[in-house]
Amino acid sequence: MSAYLEIDNLSVAFRSRGGGSFLAVRDVDVQVAQGEFISIIGHSGCGKSTVLNAIAGLVDPARGGVVLGGREINGPSPERAVVFQNHSLLPWLSCYGNVHLAVERVFGGKESREQLKARSLAALELVGLSHCRDKRPAEISGGMKQRVGIARALAMEPKVLLMDEPFGALDALTRANLQDSLMEIQLKTQATVVMITHDVDEAVLLSDRVVMMTNGPAATVGEILSIELARPRKRLELADQPAYNHYRSEILRFLYERQGHPSSEAA
Amino acid sequence: MSAALKFVSRRAAASEAASLLTTATPANQPRMPPSRPLTLPPPVSALNLRLRALFALLLPPLLGIAGLLLVWALVAKGSDYLPGPGKTFTSAVQLFSDPFYRTGPNDQGIAWNLLASLERVAKGFGAAVLVGIPLGFLIGRFSVLNRALQPIISLLRPVSPLAWLPIGLAVFQAANPAAVFTIFICAIWPLLINTALGVASVPQDYLNVARVLNLSEWKVFTRILLPASIPYVLTGAKLSLGIAWLAIVASEMLTGGTGIGFWLWDEWNNLNMEHILIAILVVGLVGLLLEQGMSAIARRYDYRSQ
Repeated sequence: MSAYLEIDNLSVAFRSRGGGSFLAVRDVDVQVAQGEFISIIGHSGCGKSTVLNAIAGLVDPARGGVVLGGREINGPSPERAVVFQNHSLLPWLSCYGNVHLAVERVFGGKESREQLKARSLAALELVGLSHCRDKRPAEISGGMKQRVGIARALAMEPKVLLMDEPFGALDALTRANLQDSLMEIQLKTQATVVMITHDVDEAVLLSDRVVMMTNGPAATVGEILSIELARPRKRLELADQPAYNHYRSEILRFLYERQGHPSSEAA
Repeated sequence: MSAALKFVSRRAAASEAASLLTTATPANQPRMPPSRPLTLPPPVSALNLRLRALFALLLPPLLGIAGLLLVWALVAKGSDYLPGPGKTFTSAVQLFSDPFYRTGPNDQGIAWNLLASLERVAKGFGAAVLVGIPLGFLIGRFSVLNRALQPIISLLRPVSPLAWLPIGLAVFQAANPAAVFTIFICAIWPLLINTALGVASVPQDYLNVARVLNLSEWKVFTRILLPASIPYVLTGAKLSLGIAWLAIVASEMLTGGTGIGFWLWDEWNNLNMEHILIAILVVGLVGLLLEQGMSAIARRYDYRSQ
């Protein structure tokens, strides 16, 4: 298995308020194959988002780096699209406008106006929101906003789709619904995905491998678990499968026995 | 319609409050509803409701104005110089019957004076918009520029409008451009500061989107900074226009010639107190209209209200 996305001994430091610096993540080493779905899970504050932001190019590594398709990344780029936790749609643009902004940026010089429009519409169609193309973000529900965020990211045809707790702010039913959609979309597009989550079920359901991180500061990869469940996966069928429950308890054991929650340790 | 409902519910609340007062019960007993059959209020027609709502809407401001007129009349009764509302009204009818006369450069109808003031405000405010908004964008976007200009802004902003007039007179050697310059320099600060604030407080999330998309600086400006900061810019413009209107009346008193401020001072020299009172009301009314106009524009272009 040749690595498509290589997170290579990545360490990220932040300036602390006193003027010194502290290490948020240290020596993170993960290889991701093309078309693979990776989840990064860990307690809050363990630097999951920092790893994702480093892949996105939004923060610079202190040591090590990230290589995508043989090239070391250096700053943000549309080839690594991000689905933000709070959707980050621009409130003054319609759903279509938000998607089209990305499409225009990526394909603007190369394709005709009609082709660009078709791309934007197809992306909205993919997430099942064709009927909302002219609505503004304030007029649609939280789950729909997140769908538009996913449409915007996918419309860029990125090499890697980065998702930062994309469903964290949604209610359980909407979340389940979106997870199913995401599985379908990923099956269709064969996208390479790195997703941050703190939801164990979400990680097992969606991922090919789950990267479990130790507690911060200076968090690193504790364990990587391969989820060998056949696709397409059906939420209801999986619930009764011993393998599914085995993976689930593996992750729970890591999170709660080996990496007891930081706040309960302090207490 | 909602105003009508509010009105009815306020009446209901009032009657409930009244019943609370009359049926006071000991604290340890649960308060029982009065044992009378549940009756609905008699049906009211929609037109009737609407009339009531209109009445409820207009009554308080009309009462306020009536109170002001009453106080004015009482004060005028005890004063030798201050004319009462009646006398002022008669004078106003006469004045506004011929607002566009022109018998000489210093004797023109009130409409000409008003238009002269509005023209100066338009020029000064327009110049402030042309300079203040782009400069505000640069200050908000580039923190170096912000740090370079912040001390100057903080120093000059609190200076009273009229303090700039001699500078204007010295530079332009003429009254009219000096007045416009005074307007410009007073009106620029709220525009500058609000625009810079608007640009600086564009949520980082939106800028992260711009970074991931690798948008050009021009696209970042047109697609993200401009729409995100328009509410701030328009608030700045509203404040600016208000200050411009405040400043023009004062500077025209000093520069003379034409303008509502000049006219007011001229009437003081004529000891025509009715006209001074009329001038005050007209200045207030025009200021109100300017502010309402800016608010309407702000509502039109604010993405949050669409």
